Amino acid sequence: MRRLSWDRIISILLILPSILAIAIFVYGFIAWSGWVSLSNWDGLRPDLSWAGFVNYAKLFATPRFQIDIRNTVVFTTFFLGACIFLGLGIAILLDQGIRGENFFRSLFLFPMAISFIVTGVTWRWLLAPGDPATGRLTGINVLLGNLGLPLSRWYTDPTVVYIQPTSAVGQFLQQVGLGFLTTPNFGIPLAMFSIVIAATWQMSGYVMAMYLAGLRGIPEELREAARVDGASEWQVYRHIVFPLLRPVTLSVVIVLGHISLKIFDLVAAMSKKGPGFATDVPAYFMFETTFQGDHYSQGASIAIFLLVTVSLLVVPYLIYSTRREAEV
Amino acid sequence: MSRRTLWSMMSLVVVLAMLLVACRPAPTPTPAKKQLEIFSWWTTGGEAAGLLKLFELYNQKFPDVEIINATVAGGAGFEAKPALKARMLGGDPPDSFQVHMGRELIDTWVTTGYMEPLDDLFKQEGWEAVFPKGVLEIISYDGHYWSVPVNIHRANVLWYNKKVFEANGWKPPETFEEFFALAEQMKAKGITPLALGDVGIWASTHLFEVILAGTMGPEKYKGLWTGQTDWNGPEVRQALETMAKMLEYVNPDHSALSWDQANDLVIQGKAGMTIMGDWVDADNLAKGFKDSGWAPPPGTRGVFIALSDTFGLPKGAPHREQVIEWLRLCGSKEGQEAFNPLKGSICARNDCNPELFGPYLKTAMEDWQKDVVVPSLAHGAAASESWVTMINDVMTVFVTDRDVARAQAGLAQACKDAGVCK
Repeated sequence: MRRLSWDRIISILLILPSILAIAIFVYGFIAWSGWVSLSNWDGLRPDLSWAGFVNYAKLFATPRFQIDIRNTVVFTTFFLGACIFLGLGIAILLDQGIRGENFFRSLFLFPMAISFIVTGVTWRWLLAPGDPATGRLTGINVLLGNLGLPLSRWYTDPTVVYIQPTSAVGQFLQQVGLGFLTTPNFGIPLAMFSIVIAATWQMSGYVMAMYLAGLRGIPEELREAARVDGASEWQVYRHIVFPLLRPVTLSVVIVLGHISLKIFDLVAAMSKKGPGFATDVPAYFMFETTFQGDHYSQGASIAIFLLVTVSLLVVPYLIYSTRREAEV
Repeated sequence: MSRRTLWSMMSLVVVLAMLLVACRPAPTPTPAKKQLEIFSWWTTGGEAAGLLKLFELYNQKFPDVEIINATVAGGAGFEAKPALKARMLGGDPPDSFQVHMGRELIDTWVTTGYMEPLDDLFKQEGWEAVFPKGVLEIISYDGHYWSVPVNIHRANVLWYNKKVFEANGWKPPETFEEFFALAEQMKAKGITPLALGDVGIWASTHLFEVILAGTMGPEKYKGLWTGQTDWNGPEVRQALETMAKMLEYVNPDHSALSWDQANDLVIQGKAGMTIMGDWVDADNLAKGFKDSGWAPPPGTRGVFIALSDTFGLPKGAPHREQVIEWLRLCGSKEGQEAFNPLKGSICARNDCNPELFGPYLKTAMEDWQKDVVVPSLAHGAAASESWVTMINDVMTVFVTDRDVARAQAGLAQACKDAGVCK
């Protein structure tokens, strides 16, 4: 056995306080939530008797939770897509060596410094739709109205776009046994796009910064070599730049993905559950179930569900990156 | 000794010192500075002014007590109540907190054993003689009193703009038929008939309770909360159908507005009416709107849907002596007469001087004496919080899809889940 050197003892002692704190306040409470989610605690008084997985069974049978999962998928998809598209686009433009790059970089990055609550309240006002029938418009709709553009109901729009069972595609899906795809639970709630706009406004600058750093990391010689080989500017991006940016994209997906799965504050400040739960998310459902409905075990099961989904995203990434570090 | 070992020794000393500090016994509390922490969601306009007035009166009597005004903003306490629960469950209760009388107080805090009974205070102050019997019933459980009501609000009021009504020769509707006839006329004039601001959904639940009472009358309405009136019955269906029809006449951006923004539409003459509790009166006064008219909503003349803010004594309140004096002030004639005209509510006591109150509140005081009093659903008097949460979820879907059958099934199920219906 290796002798425990003095240095080693010191280093263990030095990290001991933080290990203890994390063990109790992070992992201890995760275990506690897990336990509560398997208990009968319904009502204000704790009741930690064993219930098994009934809370989870009940959860997945709850229509509101099914809607929440749909909303999370829609939000994550469009939020990630918009952020990557805008972030990469702006980064490439800024990378062209324009004048005042520092100014623009700070300008685009700045929204990230604002709390989601402030973003939510501001965009709630901006996207308040007013009432076109009586000509009383508010927020961005005033602008759209003056420009003669079509108005939107923004986050007050209860419409869910989904494949109609009577349409040609719908009939085909039903014939091949995929009829469940023709229900609103597999649709896109239009109100969610307002949340996507606000979240993208806030986070795309951050994505831009990450891509900009990635672009700066690509050696100029590689691009030059490609150009010498007769590649067009588009081909340089297509075959040199984008493949080399893949690790950045992965980081972006992980960082934004876990934000979007856990999102609470933006929705709470902006539209809450929305019309017909059109902007409801699991974290908001968890808040109401636990602290307004007093269903503590049910709330804990939502918390554990969120933890598992985020882990599904983060853990493989951690394994992948530690392995890579070990190789290097 | 090498430099490296020296560093290690020094770090070790630092770590040990930190551990020692962490393990040090808590300092013996210095003779506590007299404090009083009052938790509420009164943060805006008249309600904040009323609360500060009470603090002022308290400090006149006890100048050495420092009052901590612990508020969490948000209509109907939707944000404040979770914050309170976290504190109570964590063993850090405020000295006293605002809580709605009725099931919200009883089911959330009393049956779970978080409150102290206040029987002695009620006897000392002779409150059994001055509070109406109906109120005493609602705040008692198991033969004890659990909180001191400061005020009474009425949930069922239809507010309108007198100028707009006079200019068009309109009268406030007494029945649902009259309501819809009037709504058609308003629509023809380009006025939104009914303003609704239901961000956070409770305003829709509020509208629903008023329609329920207007459809089935006070006795059957009360029966809904005890399991005697059938949630699957024809009256509930009729109420839902009426509500679905009413929603046709509502501003389409209702889920973006709060109740006071909906009231703004009435003030500006852009909407004809709004059905909201009588805190609208304080909002109108604060905004300098003098042409406000009011009437009981269709079918609820003679019915007073009541809610009340009360304060109680949590077990383990850090400054017990100061709280009891606070509660004494809250229940006193002096306290209620100072608080209520500002808050825009009427006294829970019977003996307040009507001359102190504005024109709306005077009529409310008269109605309070003669109407049938029933508890409010959206504001915690009629049903437990978990039941209200379930009904809110049903309403969230209903205002969007207006599917009467589905909503009724959901309401019946909620009553079962709440343990009231079988």
